[in-house]
Amino acid sequence: MSKLLNVSSSPHVRNGVTTKNLMYDVAIAMLPATIWGVMQFGFYSLLVVIATVLSCMLSEYAFESLMGKPITVDDGSALVTGMILALNMPPTIPLWIPVLGGMFAIIVVKQLFGGLGQNWMNPALAARCFLLISFAGAMTSFTDPVTDAVAGATPLATMKAGGTYDLAAMFVGKVPGTIGEISVIALLIGAAYLLYKQVISIRIPGVYILTFAVFAFIFGRHDLGYVLAEVCGGGLIFGAFFMATDYVTSPITPKGQIVFGVCLGLLTGLFRIFGGSAEGVSYAIIFCNILVPLIEKFTLPTAFGKGGKKNGGK
Amino acid sequence: MNKCTERIYNGIIKENPTFILMLGMCPTLATTTSAINGLGMGLSTTVVLMFSNLLISALRNIIPDRVRIPAFIVVVASLVTIVQLLIQGYVPSLYDALGIYIPLIVVNCIILGRAEAYASKNGPVESFFDGVGMGLGFTCALTIIGMCREFLGAGAFFGNTIIPENYHISILVLAPGAFFVLSALTAIQNKLKLPSATNGDAPASALACGGDCLSCHGCASMTNHAVLAEKKAEAAAAAAAAKKAAAEKALAAKKAAEEAKAAAAAAAGKEGSE
Repeated sequence: MSKLLNVSSSPHVRNGVTTKNLMYDVAIAMLPATIWGVMQFGFYSLLVVIATVLSCMLSEYAFESLMGKPITVDDGSALVTGMILALNMPPTIPLWIPVLGGMFAIIVVKQLFGGLGQNWMNPALAARCFLLISFAGAMTSFTDPVTDAVAGATPLATMKAGGTYDLAAMFVGKVPGTIGEISVIALLIGAAYLLYKQVISIRIPGVYILTFAVFAFIFGRHDLGYVLAEVCGGGLIFGAFFMATDYVTSPITPKGQIVFGVCLGLLTGLFRIFGGSAEGVSYAIIFCNILVPLIEKFTLPTAFGKGGKKNGGK
Repeated sequence: MNKCTERIYNGIIKENPTFILMLGMCPTLATTTSAINGLGMGLSTTVVLMFSNLLISALRNIIPDRVRIPAFIVVVASLVTIVQLLIQGYVPSLYDALGIYIPLIVVNCIILGRAEAYASKNGPVESFFDGVGMGLGFTCALTIIGMCREFLGAGAFFGNTIIPENYHISILVLAPGAFFVLSALTAIQNKLKLPSATNGDAPASALACGGDCLSCHGCASMTNHAVLAEKKAEAAAAAAAAKKAAAEKALAAKKAAEEAKAAAAAAAGKEGSE
């Protein structure tokens, strides 16, 4: 019975893009921010990055081999998850915390729901929120790279308390913060690489940042410098370009991506300006991840040949 | 095993209300922040369950069918009030810790479920032991969940701190932790395949993959398709062979008959010529 016709579903036209090279592109795009973070915070932050990435990849390998599934460590998705998680870590965190986070991200958030493509929430962000709730103290103690003081307040926290901000330092990345989020320039270089390689489209990050800026202008202070500082501070740029654009947990329809961006901007603004803590990017993104199936349902484009205007139907 | 021990075994292992029947999730998730709270909640539910089963079973021939649910509720609510006042009087710390969840035992679906499914159809003694079994099953489950959450989330075992505070995964004593621990324990229960109502003696599946969804690597429909096609081909081949054999047999029989006829004719001719 080898005469069975091999019927495959669409798409029938393919190109050379694979999960693997998309994921490695994202990892490459995160390198500038990683290198900058390590330069600012020293060798220990490199250890944090390595430990987190290793934890993610080993968890994936261990889970898949224990469950008798095909091993997908080399597709790079665990690497990207690990890097995102590591760049969200404060530089002086005890190593076992990101290792635990990596295990949580891969095993609980990703593999238990069926592996890559099935997770309904960004694994790295879910793990970050898990750690933030569990180890609030360790996860929010930042060092100041300029003075090397142990308890530096992030620019966002300072602004929340009504203090001043130094826009230039925030743009270059000489402020306290997590390993990867501090330098706007380094992040934008990575984002430009992703946009140039067409790994991501500008829709989600563009709409996200724009919505947030408008929200901050209306409900925060009516001051352009303040709005710029809010945009550059914290994890907004990193979140908009690297985390909100995750393929699995963002809408695939163009209209849906715009709706998604608006939701993200509104929620981030709400959390940052009216919420209790200074930062709200992670919570906004994982909250909107849950909305994605709904958004996709309502923004589904009409299939070719169905509906639309009838000829001469005026 | 007599009826009463069978009921207790059934409640604790075979139809454990938390891990297998998945009943009473609200108190399970909400009150298991520590082992002692889980134990307290489980025991108060057990007491209510035992006596509500006993009373409802004793009254089962008196209660009219149409109003049985309100009647059950009245019985359960009276018992819960008694238990609530007793806890408030003798264990005020537990009363404060459990809060609203003690009065909410009235609407606990384990209690109503057992009243409806068992006590209203069986005698008082069996029903009482059904209540004991179900209650103990619930208590065990809640205590285990509470122990896990307390140990990992607050680093303590029945209130005695073991792990220093920096290592507490405090999300586990918060609401999400209840879901994590409950699902992990249920998964372990399923993995060990403890004999239960849901994974007992499932009939072997006719599918090519064996119907083992747990270790499924993805879509098995093509494999199934191929196996079915193979089986069909085999059946067709067998049928063809049988047909051929039958045809040959028929042919042989015909030949034999003809031969016999010819022989007979020859004999007749011989006879005639003689």
